[in-house]
Amino acid sequence: MGRFHRHADGRVEHHDHDHEHDHGTDARDVGDHSGYESGDLRVDVLEKILGENERTAEANRHDFAAAGVAVVNVMSSPGAGKTTLLCEVFDRLTPDLRIGVIEGDIETAIDADRLAATGVPVALVNTANGFGGECHLDATMVRSALDRLALDDLDLVVIENVGNLVCPAEFDVGESARLMVYSITEGEEKPLKYPVMFRSADVVAINKTDLLPHLDFDLAAFESNLHDVNPGAARLHTSARTGQGVDAVSDWFRAVVATRATPDPTG
Amino acid sequence: MHELSICTAIAAIVGEHAEGRPVDLVRLDVGALRQVVPDTLTYSWGVTVEGTPLAGSVLEVREIPAVLRCSTCGADTTITVPVFRCPCGSTATEVVSGEELLVTSLELAAA
Repeated sequence: MGRFHRHADGRVEHHDHDHEHDHGTDARDVGDHSGYESGDLRVDVLEKILGENERTAEANRHDFAAAGVAVVNVMSSPGAGKTTLLCEVFDRLTPDLRIGVIEGDIETAIDADRLAATGVPVALVNTANGFGGECHLDATMVRSALDRLALDDLDLVVIENVGNLVCPAEFDVGESARLMVYSITEGEEKPLKYPVMFRSADVVAINKTDLLPHLDFDLAAFESNLHDVNPGAARLHTSARTGQGVDAVSDWFRAVVATRATPDPTG
Repeated sequence: MHELSICTAIAAIVGEHAEGRPVDLVRLDVGALRQVVPDTLTYSWGVTVEGTPLAGSVLEVREIPAVLRCSTCGADTTITVPVFRCPCGSTATEVVSGEELLVTSLELAAA
């Protein structure tokens, strides 16, 4: 009965252990003092709410490592330009890297079709099953797509998450790195309003820079806000339209691939 | 609306620990750095557990403040805006609390 008092998280020192029950050596207490045998109504739990997602993400990570594949989770608000930027990046990477895509969308195969047109295999996950339609990919959804990609034959899996600045950041899916695509049409204050997403990114592509002359966007203010929230994030200025920065994003993907695990033939 | 996903995960944890016994109250710790809105969470809980054995149970959310520990001067600072910088000016900080998302305990219904 080890699930009781699973202290999986180091930060649970606030625990109120204020109920009365016997912590003696009675055999029934060993490994399970859940506290209800004597009519006590309190049951201590102390479990991470997203623990099941974390366990599935670890299983994904294990499978990716065994296949020797690097995995990048790409996140942004809707319309920031993830798909267009990825199409440009894939044109530069596919001559020498074997890429597969897991495409998350609430509905439609539109983005999946655009990416497939670059010649890469795409596993689409529409999240609109269940009620409401999920606003993010979780580790289980990503796992459900893995048997549709030949991981052993790939160097890089790109997960294009559902366009959303809040929810995807909360769900580890087993990735090696996170790329966030931010478009300058979204406003300078976004890192302060959506800190979880901006904090979770390893690199932020500041996209649609071709629009700078047409907007009142204050790039320095944005970069200062980003630095407040995530001092360690790398920043790349990009425009899928003019090609600015696309080589730099492609080089970042190559660097992530270079750090991947060596395939384990027994895995 | 990932609060619905979170409520589904909470219900699974509660169900496992309650083992069929009726539950009055579910206590959570939610860190200030999780983008989880307590009011949305308690509303979503009602929707999630409607028509299940957990119907009628209530979530009690304890909000945990975000605290940074500075790697340069060692001070702990509670932050209320997402600026991850110590008052000493250093951005070399570590989050020591505020990222919790835990079911801490249950209160069973009296027999």
